[in-house]
Amino acid sequence: MSTDKTSPADKADPTEPIHLDKPHEAPVDAPPAAGEAVTAVDPRLLVREQGFAGYLSEFKRKMKAGDLGSLPVVVGLIVIMAIFQSLNSNFLTAGNLSDISVAMVGTGMIATGIVFVLLLGEIDLSVGSVSGVAGATFAVLNVTHGMSEWLALVLAILTGTVAGAIHGFVFARIGVPAFAVTLAGLLFWNGFMLQVLGSNGTINLDSEGLVAKLTSYYFSDVAAAYGLAAVAVVAFFLTSFLDSRRREAAGVPSRPLSEIVLRTVLLAVPAVGAAAVYNQYKGLPLAVVLFLAVLVLTDFVLRRTAYGRKVFALGGSIEASRRAGINVVMIRTSIYAISGTFAAIGGLFLASKITAANQGAGSGELLMNAIAAAVIGGTSLFGGRGRTWNALLGVLVITSIQYGLALQGIASPIQYMITGGVLLATVVIDAVTRKTQKSAGRA
Amino acid sequence: MVHVSATPVLALRGVSKRFGAVQALTDVELEVHAGEVVALVGDNGAGKSTLVKTIAGVHPIDDGVIEWEGRGVQINKPHDAQALGIATVYQDLALCDNIDVVGNLYLGRELRKRGILDEVEMERRSRELLTTLSIRIPSVRIPIASLSGGQRQTVAIARSMLGEPKLVILDEPTAALGVEQTAQVLDLVERLRERGHAVILISHNMADVKAVADKVAVLRLGRNNGVFDVKTTSQEEIISAITGATDNAVTRRAARNAEVQK
Ligand SMILES: Nc1ncnc2c1ncn2[C@@H]1O[C@H](COP(=O)(O)OP(=O)(O)O)[C@@H](O)[C@H]1O
Ligand SMILES: [Mg+2]
Repeated sequence: MSTDKTSPADKADPTEPIHLDKPHEAPVDAPPAAGEAVTAVDPRLLVREQGFAGYLSEFKRKMKAGDLGSLPVVVGLIVIMAIFQSLNSNFLTAGNLSDISVAMVGTGMIATGIVFVLLLGEIDLSVGSVSGVAGATFAVLNVTHGMSEWLALVLAILTGTVAGAIHGFVFARIGVPAFAVTLAGLLFWNGFMLQVLGSNGTINLDSEGLVAKLTSYYFSDVAAAYGLAAVAVVAFFLTSFLDSRRREAAGVPSRPLSEIVLRTVLLAVPAVGAAAVYNQYKGLPLAVVLFLAVLVLTDFVLRRTAYGRKVFALGGSIEASRRAGINVVMIRTSIYAISGTFAAIGGLFLASKITAANQGAGSGELLMNAIAAAVIGGTSLFGGRGRTWNALLGVLVITSIQYGLALQGIASPIQYMITGGVLLATVVIDAVTRKTQKSAGRA
Repeated sequence: MVHVSATPVLALRGVSKRFGAVQALTDVELEVHAGEVVALVGDNGAGKSTLVKTIAGVHPIDDGVIEWEGRGVQINKPHDAQALGIATVYQDLALCDNIDVVGNLYLGRELRKRGILDEVEMERRSRELLTTLSIRIPSVRIPIASLSGGQRQTVAIARSMLGEPKLVILDEPTAALGVEQTAQVLDLVERLRERGHAVILISHNMADVKAVADKVAVLRLGRNNGVFDVKTTSQEEIISAITGATDNAVTRRAARNAEVQK
């Protein structure tokens, strides 16, 4: 047989591993099995100790590797809130916090779409204009033409989907840089909105209507806010716990119960706190419920489905994705369609705030704020790193700055400069993180 | 010399590939049988990686025929090659830095349960696979970015073996590796052959080639420059075929020898 050609001197028995020490599993969290202590442990293996010493060393390792996650923005948010509270004791009142969380939803929805685009390492400059088109479309269909509210709402959102899909297709299929395509989109859709609005310029919405309710409706029953907080906390605990049980059963590393409890408590504190704040004012805002629902849904899609995995793969390496059989054109096009859809949804929330569609919609600082929110929240500009929850954190920072400065009576020039400074700090952290990760990787 | 099987798993007949002004491959012939390791050697720029990419569907061929188990086939995209049972480990590793080891192993063929990624099962099987191949990495849940070059290579090879392929192509798998990891990769290659896989191994290292290959196919400037039997050919003969130092008579003699051996 031709397979006999290797002389025994050349090579040991091929079924025998080449290592002198035994092949060794790499337990991350698993408790060390009895007798395993005898085996020589490769110092490179990341064996996490149990208990809080374990978390601490894991945390230090992550810090060293540049794996900061949402930590900088959470710290930043606390600092910002502390500063504004010290300047004006009205800042941390239930009314102000509730208003901030309703006002942020429009920009936050747009930023959610931007997170998808940033995950690819691309950009979408058209979202501001597209959001304006959605508001105008709804106003014209519903108010001018008397179409039913729900149908007009669906069509308005679909205008965003279609606009985004067009940008995505031109970018992905024809290969025009996304920057250029969406810059063209920015101009085109702004013109389109002005054309649709017509000579009048402003169309007022029904102040008791569906779109108006998006930001004006509050679940005033005290049970609503606490109920939602309780459901979220219990659901989080149960999914973590069941997942951990399944992992245990399959013999792969799982989170210990103590860690699950700790994480649940870390979620429960802000959840119940927010519910208490809302209940001190008008109750649980519908806008916040919808925003949270969108974040839960998009996070699930990105992290638990094959589609989401493909998005991250594309953000990591286009060539690797292509070779893994991923349809790059389809994913890219769909991402821009998603971005356009969320821009439209955001636009309806923004129209809802002012119960009107006007010529100024979607222009000015909106685009920059949406992108800044995604980035400040911790989404990497280099692609492949981020979560849609980043949009929530980022938009909270930006809206807090806006409201805090407004309380002080400080005009928007200063506000732009501060937001710009925060954004710069964030992208510097992003770039440094990326560098650290690279050098830590090659160690 | 015994043929492992009569029909080659993969046969290239007169394959050509052109990139703009560069004629990367001209009329290349190649046969690989099941349970056989064919080493593909040649100077830098000889067209080895290009040949691999045509087989893997990254660059469709311009001219010629690819036969799979005796039938002519079209390989136009990576998916076509995967569907036939061709797994490729590229020289420029096709891994995503930002995704963890499990995610990379299953990239493009994720296990799903009711439409949702079955992370637990993927992780369990990944650990199993890495253990069988005695591959050691710190954790299956850290991003590829934090692995060393050698560790990445072993992950890439493990990835190629997940789908039980019939043909495995390794493009310079040991180029960036240390002594121990090279031996490990060569062990993997032998294990593949024992399991009846066909293997195409690209390498610059003659010692590696001598250790595991059955046949050596030489490419020079995008053309065939002889196919040699490893057992009966000296290292010098192979090297002169690579560098083109052979005059035609020697080349022909070596080629004739190879034919006689069969
Ligand atoms: N994508 C490409 N575009 C243009 N030319 C290429 C491309 N890939 C390879 N080539 C050219 O084809 C020739 C063969 O390259 P390659 O197959 O990488 O050689 P090897 O792997 O044998 O070192 C080289 O001249 C190279 O420059
Ligand atoms: Mg090469």
